[in-house]
Amino acid sequence: MRNRSLLILSAVVTTGALTLTACGSRDDDKGSGDSGGKTTVVIGVDAPLTGSLSPLGQGIKNSVDLAVRTANKENVVPGVEFKIESYDDQAVPASGQANAQKLVGDKEVLGVVGPLNSGVAQSMQGDFAKANLTQVSPANTNPALSQGDNWAKNEKKRPFPTYFRTTTTDVIQGKFAAQYLYNDAKKRKVFVVDDKQTYGAGLAAIFAEEFKRLGGTVVGTDHVTVKETDFSSTADKVKSKGADSVYFGGQHPEGGLLSDQVKKVGAKVPTMGGDALYDPAYISASGESNDGDISTSVGFPIEKLDTAKKFISDYAAQNYKDPYGAYGGYAYDGAWAIVQAVKNVVTENGGKVPSDARAKVTEAMGKVTFSGVTGQVGFDEFGDTTNKQLTVNTVTAGKWKDVKSSTFED
Amino acid sequence: MNELPQQLANGLALGALYGLIAIGYTMVYGIVQLINFAHGEIFMIGGFGALTIYLWLPGGTSLLLAIPAMIVGGAIASVAVATAAERFAYRPLRGAPRLAPLITAIGLSIVLQQLVWSFYPDATKARSFPEFTGESFRITDDLILQRADAFVLVLAPLCMLILGVFVSKSRSGRAMQATAQDPDTAKLMGINTDRIIVMAFAIGAAFAAVAAVAYGLDKGQINFEMGFILGLKAFTAAVLGGIGNIYGAMVGGVVLGLAESLSIAYIEEIPGMQQLGGGAWSNVWAFVLLIVVLLVRPQGLLGERVADRA
Repeated sequence: MRNRSLLILSAVVTTGALTLTACGSRDDDKGSGDSGGKTTVVIGVDAPLTGSLSPLGQGIKNSVDLAVRTANKENVVPGVEFKIESYDDQAVPASGQANAQKLVGDKEVLGVVGPLNSGVAQSMQGDFAKANLTQVSPANTNPALSQGDNWAKNEKKRPFPTYFRTTTTDVIQGKFAAQYLYNDAKKRKVFVVDDKQTYGAGLAAIFAEEFKRLGGTVVGTDHVTVKETDFSSTADKVKSKGADSVYFGGQHPEGGLLSDQVKKVGAKVPTMGGDALYDPAYISASGESNDGDISTSVGFPIEKLDTAKKFISDYAAQNYKDPYGAYGGYAYDGAWAIVQAVKNVVTENGGKVPSDARAKVTEAMGKVTFSGVTGQVGFDEFGDTTNKQLTVNTVTAGKWKDVKSSTFED
Repeated sequence: MNELPQQLANGLALGALYGLIAIGYTMVYGIVQLINFAHGEIFMIGGFGALTIYLWLPGGTSLLLAIPAMIVGGAIASVAVATAAERFAYRPLRGAPRLAPLITAIGLSIVLQQLVWSFYPDATKARSFPEFTGESFRITDDLILQRADAFVLVLAPLCMLILGVFVSKSRSGRAMQATAQDPDTAKLMGINTDRIIVMAFAIGAAFAAVAAVAYGLDKGQINFEMGFILGLKAFTAAVLGGIGNIYGAMVGGVVLGLAESLSIAYIEEIPGMQQLGGGAWSNVWAFVLLIVVLLVRPQGLLGERVADRA
């Protein structure tokens, strides 16, 4: 309750402050550098900060906040004070687009970290591209976002030059999952379920294709509706088709319930899913008998990376209410990539933020490369990360435990 | 194996849950012709009330002992909110055009969701709810009845029976029927119609709390948004069964639940219909059924044609 009112208060104060600085910044642009004070550069955040995906969204927001604090403390870009401005998209595409327009409207925003959901990203990309504003998603994995709608036919075309991401795509993730389930877990008959959303349906289709290519059988498919909770009829079909495993393309609220209900109807088979299931909330949603459920996650577990030690201890030191979650490291790296791009642009411009800063930052983003929390960060010609490391996790005694980490090979 | 018995059991359990919630829509509509769209949220609050009681009970309390306490706790919460809503949101609008209370109900539903979201500890995420432990009942090889489903299948008819006896036999119940038939005449006969209306709201809320406990025990979690879709489905069930008729609400719920689970299982088996089956289409088929029923019987399955007194 106190947090909530604090949140409202700080939101009111920051919006007030932002409007004031926005009013003032026009004068600054004309006579820039006159005051000797620092120029403000805002890094926007868009993520679901409320609703069932809020633990992940809060982790993203906090990690960007940490990156901004670190950049200011270490004075990474002399003469520039970074600030964070966060918006809640509630995992709803329309809210995401409204937020994108707000972020575009604020001239001090030079980069945005977010969103969490691929479907939300679709609704935001166009607005950012029109404004030449860089966007780095720490979590989107749908291939079409960076490689165009015809990516599957090998006609890759980058639709929006402003879109970047620090996670790998579902093409890699889906194939990796199929290879694990077939080669390592030795499953042959899978039942594929998705939630009809951009992320889930895309991932499930890629998985199914690779699983069939390897020689496995897809014994049945079904779809569920987001925010519904009764999947017992689907669970019965899993049982009656004799599947030895379930693959779920979707988010953890539905995935957890599906796994629980599959086991309750008496089918003792594991449920596997993508990085969206890799969250502690999945385990609480999937009841008691979720041991052996599998998820893939993007990158190596950051707790085991030497590069992430400082991030983890810094994050702990800030006493954020929510953990950094599955995407915190990627959000930090995304924000840091923006900081680096701003730094390059400012250095080139003789220590000042140029008037066409947004276009320059977008251009600089493609060339950014540094050693980040999640490993070497860099972007290819589509804006996708060059990092193709993935991890398989299973639920063991009520916790996600990583069982295999490797770099994807086709 | 034969899938049918299992799918029927699923449909019945889901339908019984819809029916329990639908009672609230139908009772209120029967008496004041108001569609209380905030009823889904009353259901949700019942769930959180029950969870509060469960957390307050000493750890290790047997679930069988806890459940009655949870139902009572949930009912206290939901009845309190429902009667307060009636008193402060709906009663001032009693003489207003019908759209006014309808919009109020929608607004109230958003307010209640946000209140729980803001003030209930950790309610921004799904809260876990106690679940039955132990094996499901294995009735035949083709039919495994989960404990939570068995619970709702026993509880729902029991509640209906009690409500049926109450409405037809008790003094208050008969006063309720009289008010539903003609509120003005009922008032002239000395019936305190305000009290009857409050009672309708309270009974609906208590049923919603029972449904919320059953729901929580089944899914193992509750969240602040859960009332929206279930409320919508229950409202559909009430219309399907004939809004204003308490038995109709239960019949409508069961028909809707069966339609959903059978359409998931069997539509895709029909040659050429594979694309139109499965969980993605279950709501479509449920509403196709609703439209067909309303075309043939505009008053719903058990509804009576009543003179419009708008």
